[in-house]
Amino acid sequence: MKEIRPHLGPSDTHATAQAEGGVVGRGGDGKIDGMAKITGAAIFTDDIRLPRMAHAKLVRSTHPHAKLLTIDTRRALAMPGVLAVMTGEDLPTPHGAIPVARDETALAVRRVRYIGEPIACVAATSEAIAREAAAVVRVVYEPIEAILTIEDALDPDLPPIHDTGRRPSNVLRRVHQHHGDVDAGFAAADLIVEELYAYPGSTHVPLETHAAVAQPLPEGRLKLWTSTQNPHYVHKTVAHVLGLPEADVRLIKPDVGAGYGGKCDTFATELCTSWLAQKLDRPVKLAFEREEVFYAHRGRHPTRMWVKMGMKKDGTITAIDFKAVANGGAYASYGVVTAFYLGVFLSMPYQIENFRFTTMRLYTNLPPCGPKRGHGALQPRFAVEAHIDRMATELGLDPVEVRRAQMVEPNSTTPNGLQITSVGLNECIEEALMGSGYAAKRGRLPPGRGIGFATSAYMCGALNGVYPDALPHSGVQIQIDRSGRVTIFSGTADIGQGSNHMLATLVSERLGITPHLCRVVEGDTDLCPVDLGSYSSRVTFMAGNAAIEAADKLRARIAESVSTALDTSVASLRFRNGHIGDGSRSMEWIEAIRLAEAATGTLGSSGSYRPPEADKRFRRNPIGPSPAYSFTATVAEVQVDTESGIVVIDQVWCAHDLGRVLHPQIAEGQIEGCVYMGVGEALLEEQTYEHGQMQCPSILEYRIPTVYDTPAIHALLVESHDPGGPFGAKEVGEGPQLSVVPAIANAIFDAVGVRLNHPPFTPDRVLRALQGRPPAEAKPMPEFQSRRGSS
Amino acid sequence: MPRIQLTINGETVTHWVADNRSLLDFLREDLGLTGSKHGCDVGDCGACTVILNDRPRLACISLAALCDGTDVQTIEGLGRHDKLHPVQATIHRHVGAQCGYCTPGIAMRLAALLKANPTPDDAAIRSALGANICRCTGYTKILAAAAEIVDEWTARDTPPDGSLA
Repeated sequence: MKEIRPHLGPSDTHATAQAEGGVVGRGGDGKIDGMAKITGAAIFTDDIRLPRMAHAKLVRSTHPHAKLLTIDTRRALAMPGVLAVMTGEDLPTPHGAIPVARDETALAVRRVRYIGEPIACVAATSEAIAREAAAVVRVVYEPIEAILTIEDALDPDLPPIHDTGRRPSNVLRRVHQHHGDVDAGFAAADLIVEELYAYPGSTHVPLETHAAVAQPLPEGRLKLWTSTQNPHYVHKTVAHVLGLPEADVRLIKPDVGAGYGGKCDTFATELCTSWLAQKLDRPVKLAFEREEVFYAHRGRHPTRMWVKMGMKKDGTITAIDFKAVANGGAYASYGVVTAFYLGVFLSMPYQIENFRFTTMRLYTNLPPCGPKRGHGALQPRFAVEAHIDRMATELGLDPVEVRRAQMVEPNSTTPNGLQITSVGLNECIEEALMGSGYAAKRGRLPPGRGIGFATSAYMCGALNGVYPDALPHSGVQIQIDRSGRVTIFSGTADIGQGSNHMLATLVSERLGITPHLCRVVEGDTDLCPVDLGSYSSRVTFMAGNAAIEAADKLRARIAESVSTALDTSVASLRFRNGHIGDGSRSMEWIEAIRLAEAATGTLGSSGSYRPPEADKRFRRNPIGPSPAYSFTATVAEVQVDTESGIVVIDQVWCAHDLGRVLHPQIAEGQIEGCVYMGVGEALLEEQTYEHGQMQCPSILEYRIPTVYDTPAIHALLVESHDPGGPFGAKEVGEGPQLSVVPAIANAIFDAVGVRLNHPPFTPDRVLRALQGRPPAEAKPMPEFQSRRGSS
Repeated sequence: MPRIQLTINGETVTHWVADNRSLLDFLREDLGLTGSKHGCDVGDCGACTVILNDRPRLACISLAALCDGTDVQTIEGLGRHDKLHPVQATIHRHVGAQCGYCTPGIAMRLAALLKANPTPDDAAIRSALGANICRCTGYTKILAAAAEIVDEWTARDTPPDGSLA
């Protein structure tokens, strides 16, 4: 029997709180910052122009692996309008997303490690001059043998790409864990199946390219606007690399044209503009061109996986043995975390007692991979969900019922110490099945049409921050003006996901006003308390709780004043529709706040959130597991043309347990975006390389779904009221993507009876499978061969 | 360097432009109309879509010098908070703009479509939007917004006066 122990969350939570303000869950009125976006008034970084602003362009490597012998900048410097040329030696302090793997520099120092790596940065009076000058910077390379494949990276006879550290190796991180007794699990199985899977590399393609503007301030300080998801970490990194006190750097995140994980790291945009602005004593802008975004990358790790699973005749999963190797590219980025996430969520969302995994994240001479929506957890989810479908079908079982019979239970702990709180997975399955008419369609659609199913779980933020410390993960300050306007200060980064509206929703709910009376000041390190950033689906859960705490402190002060004035008890007061009252008597918001300010002084407050301690097994892990988990069930309906191999996805039903709906349209939008991105990875998106050169560095060549490629998407919202979440809310920004690709793979099997283990499911791969030929790019797992058998 | 005269958002503008100045850089750099966006600069993404002589046009691959005598409308001229174009109002209400970077291009694309054909069917709407990439929304809320406008106008048998800027 599994151990059941209650989750120890924050002591004062709002999961079961009545949404008396009538704001939570209402929606229908657009986002508080939507007007700026719909009128073109939103200011993105590249829209910023300052007096005397110089423009910068990068010189990028044409070799995947080489020593830099000379960088001749004389011709560039001689061009009229050129102000400076910066090279790696000017700013050599190493940095990196994760402190244990600081292996990058602003510009390459003495050695380049991938095609497209920045080598030099030219500043000029115009962008056109900077571009021309960058083209005449002459770089002399001495090529080194490039390490491009998983096999190369694991070959101990080939040299390490990074020769620093105690034991240089092209294995950045290896993680091995064993939970329960896997061998006993296999002994108890009626069927054991082994299979190889390969998940392709893909990239984010935010429509706004990375950009930064740095401005030197008269006091010697620096102001930096940048298109980032993680203002706090980038702020720390820029100060560290520039050698400035953190207090002397003000980082501002303007409107950001999305990230999906691609704008978590610190880039040459931020570091080069900062250095050049100081050197030239004038503002400097650097905006990536589209092709450069593909080289900056930090996208999905191409991952080769091996799954061995044991199942009883009734569908019970008795054991999983799992290995994954990720080709991570030239720098670490968040790769230490990737190696961890490739394994640690393997069993989720099921009760599986016996599993072990070995995962590796490698260095190669390719553009660096990093976090993309569903970071690290997505590739194994594809493999395991496809594998369960395969084995259930082989045993003659319903793949849905096999899953439903072994879901994790609320208030339980998994064998590897993940503390499960709320679980709405069963409701998700019901919604997805009902919505899609799954039961009537499975195995009964006409030839060439099929329907498939998969489930998944995802985290709501991580219990550990990137830097181990005892500080809150999120802080919010609130100030109420005598006009009635409420200003929320938060270090969060709204990159389009709607975190500004989330904060306004929660604060206005507690204060009983409309969200449109709230202003959110965010992503400005001079003005806002720290929030760790828009990654790991953490913002609603963590910043949301901080916002409620801050709002409730003010609510208490206002309630005290109002109760005195109305001669009623604080407990009887309700805050709703701009009024505070006990049912018989009430006072308008504006009157109430003036009364409270007169009685208690300026109306300001702060709140903060720090997640509960991780299970001791996770304490030393970067980022770590989560305070809560979201759950998803996805059904996809497809058509497969057996002549051409073309797959068309007709409809996708994605039911997601997000704990509590704060704003229905924003929540649906996140699910729709996840399904869209999953559809792209299922059918179209794959990064390919020739001799280290990316073959598709444009929006035309790297095929992302247009409106024609996008199916009808049905976003279904399921509430489970998490005890730790703000009004019970959990994440909705990443989790829904995890089960999309396996649901599509399983639908293709239902349609034409072939199993495809390597997305994207392109016509050639589908045709090969239909013809019974092995996939063209099938490669064995290092050290492991595919083998099938039963016991 | 040619001198061009054109109408931009209803105002006559006269300007010297370099031969190789794109319409997008002319709008953004010379006129400060930054609502039209750089997404790719080669005509792949649609973020720079403006309306030129009533037709949608990719400003990043149009030469400003060739726009002499034309009528150009950008997102700045489509509608403001107190007089939104129906496309803007409906996308806003549906939360069809997430990051909002593709939104100006998509709004101009749909506005041009609805001016040419106030009641396009779903195929016509998809055909128009096929030139614009949105990476956030899966197009779902944008399509729903467009469908709502068409439904409303079909029911009324005519678009509301002045709604087609």
